[in-house]
Amino acid sequence: MKAFLLILFLLATPAWAGSFAPKLDIGNGGQCVDDPKFMRKNHMKMIVHQRDETVRSGIRGGKYSLAACVNCHASKKDNNVLGDNEHFCQGCHEYAAVKPDCFECHSSKRKVVAEAAK
Amino acid sequence: MQNTFTQSESRYFYALVAFGLLIAAIGLAAAHYMEQHGHVVTGMNQQVVWGMPHVFAIFMIVAASGVLNVAAIGSVFGKIAYKGRAPLAGMLSIAMLAGGLAVLMLDLGRPDRVIVAATNFNPTSVFAWNLPLYSGLFFLVSLYMWALLERRMNGWVKPVGIAVFTWRIILTTGTGLIFAFLVARQAYGSAVLPPMFLVMSFTWGLAVFHVVQSAMYAWNGKTLDPAILHRMKNLLGIFVIGTLYLVAAYHLTNLYFAKQAAFEHFILRDGGLYPVLFWGGYVMFGSLLPLLLIFLPGLGKPKFVVAASLLVILGSFALLYVFIIGGQVFPLSIFPGYEVSSNFGDGQIASYHPSLPEFLLGFGGLAIAFLITIVGVRVIDSLLPHDRVERRHQEAG
Amino acid sequence: MSDEVNLNRRQFLTKASAAVAGIAIAPGMLLFDFAHGRPLGEAASNAVRWGMLIDTTQCDSGCNECVTACSKENGWPEAKSSTDVQWIRKVELKQISTGRQSSLPMMCQHCAEPPCVDVCPTAASFKRADGIVLVDKHRCIGCRYCMMACPYKARSFVHEAVIDHDSDMPRGKGTVESCTLCVHRVDKGEAPACVEACAKAGHRAILFGDLNDPNSEIYLRIRSVTTSQLRADLGLNPGISFVGL
Repeated sequence: MKAFLLILFLLATPAWAGSFAPKLDIGNGGQCVDDPKFMRKNHMKMIVHQRDETVRSGIRGGKYSLAACVNCHASKKDNNVLGDNEHFCQGCHEYAAVKPDCFECHSSKRKVVAEAAK
Repeated sequence: MQNTFTQSESRYFYALVAFGLLIAAIGLAAAHYMEQHGHVVTGMNQQVVWGMPHVFAIFMIVAASGVLNVAAIGSVFGKIAYKGRAPLAGMLSIAMLAGGLAVLMLDLGRPDRVIVAATNFNPTSVFAWNLPLYSGLFFLVSLYMWALLERRMNGWVKPVGIAVFTWRIILTTGTGLIFAFLVARQAYGSAVLPPMFLVMSFTWGLAVFHVVQSAMYAWNGKTLDPAILHRMKNLLGIFVIGTLYLVAAYHLTNLYFAKQAAFEHFILRDGGLYPVLFWGGYVMFGSLLPLLLIFLPGLGKPKFVVAASLLVILGSFALLYVFIIGGQVFPLSIFPGYEVSSNFGDGQIASYHPSLPEFLLGFGGLAIAFLITIVGVRVIDSLLPHDRVERRHQEAG
Repeated sequence: MSDEVNLNRRQFLTKASAAVAGIAIAPGMLLFDFAHGRPLGEAASNAVRWGMLIDTTQCDSGCNECVTACSKENGWPEAKSSTDVQWIRKVELKQISTGRQSSLPMMCQHCAEPPCVDVCPTAASFKRADGIVLVDKHRCIGCRYCMMACPYKARSFVHEAVIDHDSDMPRGKGTVESCTLCVHRVDKGEAPACVEACAKAGHRAILFGDLNDPNSEIYLRIRSVTTSQLRADLGLNPGISFVGL
């Protein structure tokens, strides 16, 4: 009986996990391009679709631009979305244990800083 | 499974498996190292972009396709002596194909993107065609093995055998076309390459088969029937001559074109390591010496034929090195009629020094092929060829 | 990029119109075609074909400005070893029969029939509608087949991790890259960095423009002087042509 209750208890933990979310430095904050709940679930799909439009068709200025995400969400302290588990992208991705491929190639820094470096 | 193994045999088997796993693990570690640090840790550079791993991989892939010839001679062309060898040939084909493809995929700049390769298909690319061709071969050979080993399916051996034979010819043609389509490179861009690769596959496939078969016979205390040895060694000799012929045709034709002369002189005479590997490694030790061992009267004995097969394999590595690496170190002719120089190697012979991780990856691929073979041979006891010779034809002829 | 280059389009057009008047007198030529910046949200179109005309008689052998500008613009460190990336390089030429020497910048030729596009297994190497040949790094698996296929040695493989990513020009370890004709600048209506740098250095050896536009300087010039393409025998129809070769 005790074992059964213990197992039930352990199985319930994922439900509790939903109530925990990493504390993030969201950079500029304010209105995101879409509803945060939608973005949390679907941002990868939006980015994947738009990147083909931008790179292959040359359509610029789309809503889900990665550079725009970075520019807005980079920490105001170090202008980066990566760095520690409070930074915008790294925090959730570390928590969810999903490695984002983006920053192998894309800059994780806000453009202002990147331009000045040139 | 009818075979029972003695304890010492089992111990020896597990030791071999452990050895194979070790080499394979080291190979994987080397690949991981290359992926983590980037290809800067290899000897490859902006001029030589395909290095040692490609030499190993292309050997394995070409031999994997060629070894099916042995099976085809039995299943497709009806020669009884070869029918018993078909299952081992099928097993070897799967093993070497797996090893070669593993090396190729691990040498990619982004091996984590193999799924991308599988889901984005450019129909004009031979590399893209290789994906369905190689997977198709795995599937067809597995089907073929099933037809051979499952008594109720034996009726399907010939049709599936024909499918396998046809498929592998297309596949090896594709391997040759990888290079044949490179119009800008003086070493490649030639229509003789697909047939050359095809005949090379016959040669290397048979050489590998013979070495493995001899090892299996020795392990089981059997000797190969002299009539079958005679047939197989002669066939190897013919294939070696065939390969020499196509290689000669390729070089002789090239030499005739004034614009190709500098390249040919580099490969055949002035290029230092490359002529040495070509004439010494491939022509002498890899072709002429084996031919002597095979055809000189008094020399056609089993150990000489195994030696000849091993030399053919070593010679093939030398040839592939000259072909793949030598073809890249020679500069592109972008400005005919001009001497050029730049800080990007224009007009210069590039240098390439294979690095340890590259060799380890290559050997890791061989180890994967080795592991699949010995485990397969252990598990499926019908892989040991049974000698049946057409005695009637022998006595009449 | 220095401030004087960072014009917005209105200023650029105003200054350019003033320049036309002046240049009409000078025997030289207009260097920038009026590269019309494409509106946001609009796709590249095959009505346009971007190309360059390189005048080797104007190219200075000792000058490296185009290479420096490209490396700064696109975030690749200037090359020091055989594993380093080079999107553009200076080539010194000496004609074997005459001994005549010249020099030129060498980059991706942006062919109309690119062999690199034909051989790429994942279609990462592709030709955009307006003629610019690019590598889609999202799809590149780093097989280097395009590098084997390119007749011009235009492509480079990134052998090591990239530090300090450029926000305009993403690039990463394990993928292949080459001159993008500064596609991020062209889309905004600017000329490639090498073109600008060459003009600034006073050599004006590189002319950039729309090969399909009958009013563009490049269109008119390639019809008035003898030009040649590299390895024209291969039938690739490159977008880059040369004077003086």
